Amino acid sequence: MTQALDEIKIGGLGASRKRVEDDRFIRGKGNYTDDIALPGMLHMEILRSPLAHARIKSIDASKAWEIPGVHLVLTGDMMATRNLAWMPTLSYDTQAVLATDKVRFQGQEVACVIADDPYIAKDACEAIDVDYEPLPVIVNPAQAVADGAPVIRDDKENQADNVIYHWEVGDAAGTDRAFEQADVISKLKLHYPRSHPSPIECCGSIADFNRATSKLTVYMTTQAPHIIRAAVALVAELPEHMIRIISPDIGGGFGNKVPVYPGYVCSILASILLERPVKWIEDKTGNLISTGFARDIYLDGEMALRRDGKILGVRMHCDADHGAFFSDAQPSKFKIGLLHSAFAAYDIPVAHLMARGTYSNKAPGGVAYRCSFRVTEAMFFQERMVQAAADDLGMDQAEFRRMNFVRDEDFPHRTPFGFLLDSGQYRKCLDVGLKAVGYADFRRQQEEARARGRLLGIGISTMTEPLGAGNSREYDILGIKMFDSAELKVHMTGKAIVRTGARTQGQGHETTWAQIVSHELGIPAQDVVVEEGDTDTAPFGMGTYASRSTPVAGAAVAMVSRKIRAKARKLAAHLLEVSEEDVEWELGRFYVRSAPDRGVTIQECAMAAYSNMPDGMEPGLENTAYYDPPNLTWPFACYIVTVEVDPVTGVWDVLTTVAVDDCGVRINPMIVEGQIMGGLTEAYAMANMQFITFDAEGNCVGSNYMDYLLPTAWETPGFELHSEVVTPCPHHPIGAKGIGECAAVGGPAAFVNAVIDALSGTGVRNIDMPLLPDRVWEALTHHRDVSGAPPVRSDD
Amino acid sequence: MTIVYEDLGDEAGAGASDVPMRRIRFTVNGQKKIAEVEPRLLLSHLIRRGLGLTGTHMGCDTTNCGACTVLVKGAGEAGAGRPVKSCTMLAVQVDGREISTVEGLAMKGAGEGGGELHPLQEGFKEEHGLQCGFCTPGMMMAAKALLDENPDPTEEDVRWALSGNLCRCTGYQNIVKSVLWAAAKLRAQAPASEDGSQP
Repeated sequence: MTQALDEIKIGGLGASRKRVEDDRFIRGKGNYTDDIALPGMLHMEILRSPLAHARIKSIDASKAWEIPGVHLVLTGDMMATRNLAWMPTLSYDTQAVLATDKVRFQGQEVACVIADDPYIAKDACEAIDVDYEPLPVIVNPAQAVADGAPVIRDDKENQADNVIYHWEVGDAAGTDRAFEQADVISKLKLHYPRSHPSPIECCGSIADFNRATSKLTVYMTTQAPHIIRAAVALVAELPEHMIRIISPDIGGGFGNKVPVYPGYVCSILASILLERPVKWIEDKTGNLISTGFARDIYLDGEMALRRDGKILGVRMHCDADHGAFFSDAQPSKFKIGLLHSAFAAYDIPVAHLMARGTYSNKAPGGVAYRCSFRVTEAMFFQERMVQAAADDLGMDQAEFRRMNFVRDEDFPHRTPFGFLLDSGQYRKCLDVGLKAVGYADFRRQQEEARARGRLLGIGISTMTEPLGAGNSREYDILGIKMFDSAELKVHMTGKAIVRTGARTQGQGHETTWAQIVSHELGIPAQDVVVEEGDTDTAPFGMGTYASRSTPVAGAAVAMVSRKIRAKARKLAAHLLEVSEEDVEWELGRFYVRSAPDRGVTIQECAMAAYSNMPDGMEPGLENTAYYDPPNLTWPFACYIVTVEVDPVTGVWDVLTTVAVDDCGVRINPMIVEGQIMGGLTEAYAMANMQFITFDAEGNCVGSNYMDYLLPTAWETPGFELHSEVVTPCPHHPIGAKGIGECAAVGGPAAFVNAVIDALSGTGVRNIDMPLLPDRVWEALTHHRDVSGAPPVRSDD
Repeated sequence: MTIVYEDLGDEAGAGASDVPMRRIRFTVNGQKKIAEVEPRLLLSHLIRRGLGLTGTHMGCDTTNCGACTVLVKGAGEAGAGRPVKSCTMLAVQVDGREISTVEGLAMKGAGEGGGELHPLQEGFKEEHGLQCGFCTPGMMMAAKALLDENPDPTEEDVRWALSGNLCRCTGYQNIVKSVLWAAAKLRAQAPASEDGSQP
C-alpha cells in the first residue's frame, strides 16, 4: 500500500519553502544586467539637461568626437533622421528620446556618447556644448492651468494648453442628490507627493545587434520583456522574430522597470549602427530624475453622511501632474489608473470622480509603484477621508468603519464605480487587528498620556484593492490584452521545467511556481525548475507589476498543470489497463477506483509519455496555458499603527505596527510575509521621509540618496503580522490573490492617521506626506493644516 | 601571483586622461594581485570589471546604499578588515591592502564562491533575508564586519551596524533575523574550533 504524499514535505501549496533563487544571490553569483560583459562591448553614457524648460539653440559635439576611444555621439537631430527622436508612450502620448526642439524637464536626455569605457563616455558627455535658452517653468497643476502659462508640449498639434485629459466616472446626478440628503458633509483635501520606486539597481541595457544573423538581442532591466519586444518592433521597425529580449536577474523593480526609456532605445540604435554590443547602465541620479515616478496628485473630496454614521455618497476630484510627457504605465481605458477603486471596501450607494491630468516640467512616466495603477492614491485618500468623517461625526474610528464595510453576506458586491467584489471578511480582519493592538487599552493609555503632556496616536487603515489585471475585456495596454501564460514540460524522468510570461524581481517565482506545479501534480517542488525573462523561450506574457503574477501567471501555472494531469490520466489508464473513467487521482498518483493499491505515479506516467504511450496518442508531456482571469482579485487588509509624537520637536516614533492581510490561499507563507514587510516599509517611508519635490526653477530635490531619503534598518519599525483571516479567491484556480503591494497601498494612511490622531484636539485635519518633523511641529504649534509639496508650498 | 590587466580600454583611457597608469599590489579573497589602473578608477570598478567579481553591486555612486560594501584591511589590522563602500574608494587606495568580497565568504571546499556557505549566507536563506538579492552581498559584508567584532549582538546592534546599507524589498526585519541566526551559529561553532576538534 502506498503512502499518500505529504504536500508540505514535497514543497507544495502552503509550504514555507526556502527560496531556490537565494542559492546564487547569497554567493554573489546573481546575473544582473550590469554583470554581463560581451566581447567587444562598448559603453554608453547619457548627457542630461540641467534645465527644466529651455529651447535648445545649438548642440556642439565636436570636442566629444575628438576624444580617443569615442565611437559615436548621438543627438536628437541624428535620431530624427531615423525617425527615432520621439517614441510613443504607454498612454497614447509621445515622448522625446533625445531632445530636438526643447528640453522639458531637468534630467531629460539630450545626447549620448558610446565609447570604449564608461569613464571616457562620461568625459565626452562633459565635452558636449549645449546652448540653452531658458523658458518659464511649471512645477504643479495650478501653474499648468494658470492664465498665460507657457505651453510645454508645443511639439503637439492641437495642444493649446497644458491639459492632457478630463476624465470622469460614476453618477454625478445621483451623487448630487446624496449630498442634498446628507446630515453632515465631511471634506478633505490632500496632496500625495511625488515619489520614486527607486529599486537599488538602476535601469540599464546591453543591446547586441548581430549583422550576420540580423538578430537583435537586448539584455535589460525590464519587468515586462514581451511588451518591450513588441515596442522595439514597432518603434525601431525591426521584425519581431528577430528581436530577443532577455531580462536577467533584476535588482528590484517596483514599477520603475516597466516603461521603455530613451536609454534603451539609444543603446539599441547605437548597437545597430556600430555592430557591436553597447551597454548602458544608468547612475542613481539619472534613475531618480528621469525614470518613472509615482503619485504626485492632488485630491479633493467630500463625503455625504447620515448622522448615525452611514455613508451616503462620495465625491472626488483629482488633479494629476504627469510631468512633461504622459507616459503612465497603465491600462488603456483608464486615464488615472484605477483611482476609482477608492472606497470599494465600503458599502456606498453612489459616488462620482472627476480627474484632470496636466503637463509640467518634471520627469514623465507615472508608474504603478508597488501598486495596481493609482490604487495607492485611492486607498490613501479613502482612509484619510474615512478618519476625517468619523472625527467630524464624533464617532469611533473602528466603529465607523465596521458600520460601513461591505458585509460578508453581501458578496458579490458592485461598487458605485462599477468594480465587482467577490468575497471578503472585512469585519473579522478589523477585529483581529484591533485585538492584536489592544485597541481599547491603547485608547485609555492615550488619555492618560495626554493628561501628562504626551501625545500618543493610533491610526487604522482598512482597504480592499483590485490586483491582477485583466480580465481582457476591460484591461489592455496599447490594445494588448492583459492575460498571462505558462508553459510546462515534464521530462521522461518526471522532472519538469515551467516557464511563464511574468518576470520575477525578488517575488520568488522560481520558488513559488514550482510549488503550484507540486500542488497540482505531486511532483516535488525541487524537481521543477522555473525559467522566466527570455522572449525566445518564455510564452507571451504581460510581465510582472500591479501584483499580477500570482493572480494571472500563477493561475496559468495551475491551469497548465491541470492540462498535463489530464493527459497523464490517459497514460495512467493505459498503464493500469482500465478505462479513464475508472482512474482516480490523489496527489502524485493515479489509482484504480475499485483497487486503490493498483496505481501509477505521475513520474511513471511521464516515462510512459515518452516510452509507452497508447496507440494514437501524441508523444510527450508538455503543454501551454493562456489564462485570462474572469476578474481582478480583491485582497483585504487592516493595518493599525500606534505612534508617539514629540510635542517639542515634531518627531514621531512608531510604537507598534500590526498588519492583518487576507490574501486568500498563501502559496508560500514565508514569501508572503516577506512581501508584506517590504510593503509596510515603503508605507512607513512615504509617511515619514520619502518624496521628490522641485524648486520653482524645476530643479529636482531628491536626485540622489542624500536628498531622497529611504529608511534604513535603524529607522524602520518592527512589524507584527497576522494571517488568520483567509478568504480564498472564488475564481482563482488555487484561491490565491495578489499580495505584493497591499501594505504599500494601505499602509501609508495608517501611519498618517496615527499622527493626526495624536494631534486630536488641536484642530489639525491634515498634514501632507511626508510627515517631516518640521511639518508636524508647525501643525502642532500653530494649530493648522500643513499642506502641499515642500519646499514649493501652497497652503490655501 | 596573478597579474590583472585592466580590461577598460586602458591605452585609450590613459591617452584620454593624460595621466599615467599606476601599478598597485593588493590581496583579494586571499589571492595576491597586481593591477595597472588609472588613478581615478573606483575600487568598485576594479573589483567588478578588473577582477570580474560581480557579486559586489553598485547602487547609488554616492556612498549611501551600501550595495558595494567590501571589507578592506590595512597592514597590521586584525580580522578581515573594516566595511568600506567601494564606490567611494579609489582603487589606488587599496595598494598594499587586503580586500574581502562576497565571493570570499564561502571559501572552504571547492573554488572561490563555490564552497561551503558561511553562516551569514545560510542565515539569509533560512530567515528569508533577501528578495531581489541586489543589496544582499553588501549587507552580508557589513554584517560580517559586525560579527567579527561583536559575536553576540543585540537586535539594536545589528540594526545600527547595517544602517549604512539600504534594502528596498525586505523591510529589514528578516535581514536582522538572518544576522542573529548567523551569530548564533558562529557562537555554537566557536568552542568546537577552540578545542581543536574541527579544522
